[in-house]
Amino acid sequence: MTNRRDILKAGTAGALALGFPAIVRAQSAAIKIGHLTPMTGFLGALGVYAVKGIQIAAEEINAAGGVMGRRLDVMSEDSVNPATASTKAQRMFEQDKVDVLMGEINSASAKTIMQVADRNKRLFMQIGARSDVLRGKDCNRYTFHVDIPVTVMVNAAGQALAREGYIKGKKIYFLTSDYLFGHDLAKAAKAFCAANGGTVVGDELTATDTTDFSPFLLKIRQAKPDLVATNLGGNQVTNFVKQYAEFGLPFQVAGFNLNTADAWAAGDGNLAGIWPTVWHHELDTPGTQAFVAKFRKIHGQPPENHAWIEYVSLKVMAQAMNETKSVDTEKLIKYFESGAQFDLLKKRNGYFRAWDHQMIQEAYPFTVKPKGQAKDKWDFLKFGAAVPAPDQPLESINPPKSANACVL
Amino acid sequence: MQVLFLLEQVVNGLVLGGYYLLIALGLSLIFSVGGVVNLAHGAFYALGAYVSLEIAQRLGFGAGVALSPVAVALLGIAFERFILRRFYTADPILSLLVTFGLALVAEQAIRIAWGAAPLPASMPQAFKGAVVLGDFLFSKYRLFLLAVVATVLAGIWLLLNKTSFGRVVRAGIQRPDMVAALGIRLQPYMTTIVMLGVGMAALGGALFAPIVIVHPAMGAEILTVAFVVVVIGGLGSFWGVVLAALLVGVVRGITTHFVPAASEASMYLLMFLVLMFRPRGLLGERIEKFE
Repeated sequence: MTNRRDILKAGTAGALALGFPAIVRAQSAAIKIGHLTPMTGFLGALGVYAVKGIQIAAEEINAAGGVMGRRLDVMSEDSVNPATASTKAQRMFEQDKVDVLMGEINSASAKTIMQVADRNKRLFMQIGARSDVLRGKDCNRYTFHVDIPVTVMVNAAGQALAREGYIKGKKIYFLTSDYLFGHDLAKAAKAFCAANGGTVVGDELTATDTTDFSPFLLKIRQAKPDLVATNLGGNQVTNFVKQYAEFGLPFQVAGFNLNTADAWAAGDGNLAGIWPTVWHHELDTPGTQAFVAKFRKIHGQPPENHAWIEYVSLKVMAQAMNETKSVDTEKLIKYFESGAQFDLLKKRNGYFRAWDHQMIQEAYPFTVKPKGQAKDKWDFLKFGAAVPAPDQPLESINPPKSANACVL
Repeated sequence: MQVLFLLEQVVNGLVLGGYYLLIALGLSLIFSVGGVVNLAHGAFYALGAYVSLEIAQRLGFGAGVALSPVAVALLGIAFERFILRRFYTADPILSLLVTFGLALVAEQAIRIAWGAAPLPASMPQAFKGAVVLGDFLFSKYRLFLLAVVATVLAGIWLLLNKTSFGRVVRAGIQRPDMVAALGIRLQPYMTTIVMLGVGMAALGGALFAPIVIVHPAMGAEILTVAFVVVVIGGLGSFWGVVLAALLVGVVRGITTHFVPAASEASMYLLMFLVLMFRPRGLLGERIEKFE
């Protein structure tokens, strides 16, 4: 029989279990990191990797004694959509009293969180959204951007394409995702083609929820281009790649946006062409290989690029807090703007550019391994050499100040 | 030449229509007989895709496509017996709520079981590529898909129009009280209809897995299209749904040819126009119990 006393006992035990850790945390004065990322919707699959990446970084930092002797406490939440993202960001600053905000993949949600950071005059490290305008005309002094902007993606894949002779004097057909990110990508890609002597013979806009590309594939067949270049996002990339393989069109294909997860989802033998990436688990540096080994041990598969970028972002944040011995927004901004070097597990260190708060780093093109060379289902991408080349400055693939409307 | 390109889009649209048909027909049947708009229909489509991949890993692509609809149809029986059955005579808002809730639960269950990351899926090498017939380009896989859809369609039509089972179902759609008065229990028929509808959705999922991304929210995506097709075709009409599915495919193809950015919007515009002039849908019958 359950009686009132049992229920009271259970209730008290529950309250103790819930209440005590909070008290313990308060005593050690943990540093609170608010972390927003899409966990559902068309970018949800990427967000799941993001959470796994930041968790591993937090565990490592805390196991090594935390930051200035204080624990790092990362609160991860689903940012859902731009409106919810901004509401949650405001709540995290006001009620949860987070010290800094981090996260995001969706460019539109990143934009609304940036506005909240600006209003509250608090730090937001924008990790995974790539739209140029975020670090261009929409930039603000409280936001720092870690992932590469679309111009860098276009340059990474574009330089590889130009080297292989797919741009100069060739007919190029574009397929573009009809939203902020896609338009941004198309703009950068057109500028690249124009500068390198390619002719854009078609540019079709496709709605973000397009699942069937067959009518577009028929139009591409009629246009007979030399190169089909895609400016697509999220699930669209996977759908396009699968159906392009299904129809087996003979034209060379390439894209200016792809996440490793999109490629994995396409399935064996479907992906072809040249694409850009910000990082890949086969990158041959001790840091990357140690991180990959650790991630594999915990999750049984290699990390996706969003897991990597969240991992290094938290390390970057911890480094800044340790160096400035502070979690104060102004001190951290000053440190980031100082040109401090950060280990991003790549061959060359990265740093934030002071005038647009963009992390300057290497990017890479990749192609697809010939059939039969893949070791497992995660292993079919053939990783290319870093751009820019080792003898060129890292900044050379980023938009120069003259082409960027950012005023902090 | 221009006319030829347009014709190619029309033919491709017809093939695409077959693709929508598998999902829409089941949705329409369940509504016609039970009066329930099954918002969980997309979840069975998604399950069909996931289960087929699970089977295909062990027994190959063919087994996945053949067995997954059977497995999901069995689940459909449980769905009808324990959930749907309670709502045939209830306020429609209740069945909307319960099937909507179920769709969310199913999506989350898929996320828990298989993860949020999309699953990779490929078709057998033999299906890859296209064939050129005359001036038209067809994907080999879609021709195969079309053949399967046509077979299923013929089977369902024969079942509904040439068997005693079909007579009872058709009578049940129009006059359930009369059928009851004749001493026929409609419930086993309803169970069978739901089983068939759910099985068709799962077959759709299994067949589309190699050409679209397999992720937990795929059911919600297809449900909207299926619902639009049913509304355009008219409730309760077999040929209405067929006509509407083909029409949606063709309109989408033609729109892509002229105004590519509007291709996804075209079917909603079509629905708007049809409902303006024929509120009951293209071939919708007058069903007394819904009036």
